[in-house]
Formats: sequence, structure tokens, C-alpha cells
Amino acid sequence: MKLQSMIGLLQATPVTVNDPYIAFKEYLYVSCTDLMSDALAMICTNPAQTILLTGLANGQALRTAEMMDINVIILCRNKTLSEDNIDLATSMEMNVFTTSLPMFEAVGLLYKEGLKTATRNDDQNL
Amino acid sequence: MIKTYDLEANDFTAAGSISSDIKKIAKSYGMSVEMIRRVAVACYEAEINMIIHSHGGQIQLNVDDDWFTIVFRDTGPGIEDLELAMQPGWTTASLDAQSMGFGAGMGLPNIKKNVDTFELLSSPKGTLLRIGFRQKGESV
Repeated sequence: MKLQSMIGLLQATPVTVNDPYIAFKEYLYVSCTDLMSDALAMICTNPAQTILLTGLANGQALRTAEMMDINVIILCRNKTLSEDNIDLATSMEMNVFTTSLPMFEAVGLLYKEGLKTATRNDDQNL
Repeated sequence: MIKTYDLEANDFTAAGSISSDIKKIAKSYGMSVEMIRRVAVACYEAEINMIIHSHGGQIQLNVDDDWFTIVFRDTGPGIEDLELAMQPGWTTASLDAQSMGFGAGMGLPNIKKNVDTFELLSSPKGTLLRIGFRQKGESV
């Protein structure tokens, strides 16, 4: 699904966009969590086609995405970034959007459109 | 190549900046994308652990022809029970740390999963974590 369609579906608005062509890129997977430790503990199937959907609007959400090579974050429940974190996102070339939807509804809409979970729980290998 | 970083306890503003720098260095050594991600994730978890749990300390990166090694050394208070600390889901993190998105008890197990060598020593005077990544014949 093109990010442009995803943004329309979630009625999301940009917080900071650092890739002018990002809306035309195709995304297939969603990593959905407020707990960054959980995001880092899972295996990202394909970070270039993965978005991080989270209610955590701070520098650690940005850093977690950076470490996992994810370059799109969608914040739920109208969360946004502080000015400092917008600067941090820009320095990372991260693209951040926000939607008024709660996480459950946002995930449900994306799931119905065929997006897959980006991560699989790998606890058994720990 | 050796590079040393100082780390302050509870400095969530800077949290991740050292790992970000180490990730850039890993890229400059021509590692595979997968290997760079493993380095970044393990390093970031360890950096966050030091910020949440320690009195501060140092992180040292050592790179030679065969190994990419990172040593995390803090000044206490140490890990009381190493066996428990390695169990997924076990945590002593504060509510503050949890509100930052951390403290799920996945840090040390996740670090171990991503590295080629893992050494963890702890006493009340401090904790030393040494993790290594083979530059050739990437395993894990």
C-alpha cells in the first residue's frame, strides 16, 4: 500500500517529512507498539517497507526506528513531537505523521487493507 | 580503532546518540545491512540499560580486522541477580523508564540474541558488559 493511501485511510497529517517522495513509496508491514523494548526484541521482516505505529511521541521512538532502519512513524491519538524531536527526526531523515485515531482503530484499518505484521515474536530463541 | 564515550545516568535526552554514532561507524566499515542493524539494536539496548539502571559510566568501541567489540562499563550499583536479569520479561526499571518506552525486561536477552560474543560481569561497584561481532563470516 502506498504511504499516500495509508495517510488518507488514517486521515493522518505530517509532523515532519524529510523525504519528498515518501508518499509514493510502498509499505507492506506495520510494527505496532508503545513499548520500544518490544519493538527492538522482534525481528523486522523488511524495514524499508515497514512503518512504526505508536503512541510514544518522544526521542526514543525516533531512536528505535533509526536503529531498526525504519523511516516512517505514524503517531496515534493526535500525538506530536516537540521541536527538539522534530530537529532530531530531521537529522535522521525520519518521516513522522500523526492521526487522531486510537491505535486499535488505526491497526484495524491497516489490517483490513492487507498490511501484515512487521515482526514476529522471537522469544523462543532468546 | 578505539573510541570512548562518556554516559550520564538518567540522561534520556541524549539516549541513543552513542548507539547512533556507533551505527554510523559500523556502516563505514562496510558491514552488511543486517549486521549493522544487529550492532545498532544491541548497542542501543545496552546504552538504555546503562541510562536507566546505572550511576553512569563509559562505552568503548574497539574495531580490528576480525572483531567489532563494544564494552559498557558503569560504576554501579550492579545487577543483583544475573540469572534473573537474563530472563525475558524480568525488570527492575522505574515507572519513569517505562514511560519512556523501556523497561519491558527484554534488554539483556535481546542483546544476547544479536551478538556473537557476550560477557556480563557485575558487582555493587559496577557492571561490565562486553559484546562482540565477527566482521567476517557473519553468524548469529
